[in-house]
Amino acid sequence: MTTLEAAADAARDNLAALESEAIHIFREVAGEFDRPVILFSGGKDSTLLLHLAIKAFWPAPVPFPLLHVDTGHNFDEVIAFRDHVVEKYGLRLVVASVQDYIDDGRLAERADGTRNPLQTQPLLDAIADNKFDAVFGGGRRDEERARAKERIFSLRSSFGQWDPRRQRPELWNLYNGRHRPGEHVRVFPLSNFTESDVWNYIAREQVELPSIYYAHQRKVYSRDGMWLTEGPWGGPREDEEVHELTVRYRTVGDGSCTGAVESTASTVEEVIAEVQASRLTERGATRADDRMSEAAMEDRKREGYF
Amino acid sequence: MSSLLRLATAGSVDDGKSTLVGRLLYDTKSVLADQLDAIERASVDKGMTTPDLSLLVDGLRSEREQGITIDVAYRYFATPNRSFVLADTPGHVQYTRNTVTGASTAQLGVLLVDARNGVVEQTRRHAAVLAMLGVPRLVLAVNKVDLIDYDEAAFTVIAKEFAAHATSLGYAEGTVLAIPVSALQGDNVATKSENTPWYSGPTLLEHLEEVPVAPDPHEAPFRMPVQYVIRPRTPEYLDYRGYAGQIAAGTVRPGDEVVVLPQGLKSTVESVDTADGSLSEAGTGKSITVVLADDLDITRGDVIAAADNAPKVTDEFTAALCWLSSKQLEPGARVLIKQGTRTVQAMVEELNARFDEQTLSIVDSPGKLELNEIGNVSLRLAEQLPVDDYTVSPRTGAFIVIDPKDGDTLAAGLVGHRFSQLKGVTEPEVA
Repeated sequence: MTTLEAAADAARDNLAALESEAIHIFREVAGEFDRPVILFSGGKDSTLLLHLAIKAFWPAPVPFPLLHVDTGHNFDEVIAFRDHVVEKYGLRLVVASVQDYIDDGRLAERADGTRNPLQTQPLLDAIADNKFDAVFGGGRRDEERARAKERIFSLRSSFGQWDPRRQRPELWNLYNGRHRPGEHVRVFPLSNFTESDVWNYIAREQVELPSIYYAHQRKVYSRDGMWLTEGPWGGPREDEEVHELTVRYRTVGDGSCTGAVESTASTVEEVIAEVQASRLTERGATRADDRMSEAAMEDRKREGYF
Repeated sequence: MSSLLRLATAGSVDDGKSTLVGRLLYDTKSVLADQLDAIERASVDKGMTTPDLSLLVDGLRSEREQGITIDVAYRYFATPNRSFVLADTPGHVQYTRNTVTGASTAQLGVLLVDARNGVVEQTRRHAAVLAMLGVPRLVLAVNKVDLIDYDEAAFTVIAKEFAAHATSLGYAEGTVLAIPVSALQGDNVATKSENTPWYSGPTLLEHLEEVPVAPDPHEAPFRMPVQYVIRPRTPEYLDYRGYAGQIAAGTVRPGDEVVVLPQGLKSTVESVDTADGSLSEAGTGKSITVVLADDLDITRGDVIAAADNAPKVTDEFTAALCWLSSKQLEPGARVLIKQGTRTVQAMVEELNARFDEQTLSIVDSPGKLELNEIGNVSLRLAEQLPVDDYTVSPRTGAFIVIDPKDGDTLAAGLVGHRFSQLKGVTEPEVA
């Protein structure tokens, strides 16, 4: 066997182990919780999550609905993709709308225009209103340091808060999902995937993604070292020059603060090559809100955001 | 060769563990430009001339405020041949809780010592806990060899002392390796050091890449706790009834004779299904759906096992408990036990012994068990459970103890484990 073949074998084994682990987690939740839901943004991690859920229960349908926290700052391609997936698999979609909260005054638009921090309240209300007791998220421990100690089953208080002191030790594959009424558990089946694993698995499984993950022409302007795009959330200030570039997105979030990267990677294989050569972490490269402070993610997590 | 190695590191901050883990991430190019920029800036602020790699795995603000650096952190790195999931367990405080958690899924333990201090009390404790949990291999990273002038004789003394300790815990020759490293300078972490010409073994990373990890799955009898019953009731799969689970031990093929426990119902495997199609064979760790030839009443919590080598079904057993909670255990406590996919009520009838992992000695009838202590208990269950001895089949001999009042995880349990299984431990007769 050549070195290359050995490396390819190794990669297949690794993905198979990660897949089995994720499927086991989905089935544990289905067996132990009354009302689980999958957080679904249309981004690659939540799309992968849904793909694994489908595999976990095949040939039966996925026994959970999807929950989308809609910031109103969406990429059209992603919303179209979300609706396409919901129809294709006959799923139920619950939408928690940040725009509704702003329209009726329960939330106020922030000065900087970003809506990522505004997602927390609609998310927690949707969890409470629907009595969801397990909420699947696509979080991975390799994303950044605040997540390195995250459990696969992460207990949240009735305020959605993550109390580090109440997190339980996780031993073997024996997950403890016990919670009091009003509390819920966030569940992260992709915990042990890395960004590179996600892309390799997407390639192996031929998982369909929103088109903005691949190279396309887009009008963008530079702010704080990131390429932002015009949208309902606003556009370039007078001093910000608009360029038409070939770009793609590495993450999909609130359009006002999700940056594009210059890229010609138009297939999943080209994206993998790019990720492997990349010298920037995906969050550092493309999320303005994570760069605001080193502890930004940690703060949001304690508030009840992922 | 398995391509995913799960390892646990143990050692204290003073031993340079954060720097070693940071070094592994750095040398495998798992650190990207923005992370490196951030630690370079912070290092300059601290007046250092080279990047402080320990900052890559440094704690969070809330940890520093609340003192919860005591938690297992998971790190990821990869080489072309293997991917690594590293459970980084802090050493000083609550080391049992953390080491047990990290070790429960580890195939290899890396223990770190400071070359100037050699094997210390904590090293012995960590090794004892790893041995108890059945972590098959150990590496002793003798760190800071630069500070002892790369002295072969001093390294050899430490390596021999540790080897003797590991042997007393039951580790066979060839399962333990000592490596002289300097995490700070990079010696023998990913690059063979020119400063240790007397050391002919592999670097730490070479060893992690090459060490055999997977036990032969054909040796263990088949075990699969049923997680979920899949009944599509769609026109295409109207009568489909499959039992979903992850194989805890052994392999399964269509045609295998199996028994469903605790009921004791026998059947034959008709097919081993996945969303990618039916399989001719599936091994340990694979998530599958089993279809049986007979129409049986099987639910979540049941165990499908090899008919000719089934686990015992019992409502009483003794077990080792690693106590993970600040609420202390006393005999007579009512608890919940989650084993496989079943959660049952149980009573701790006797607290037989406490294991002092420092002196490798046994304390009889200790009366109570406190946070981070390891004990042996007799349990009586409200229902019959199919269980294996942990040392024979870890995944079906492992359980967690849950507080029925608030749902907290109180302990990690190892069915049938007796401390005397660790060689070198003399256990008094249990009354």
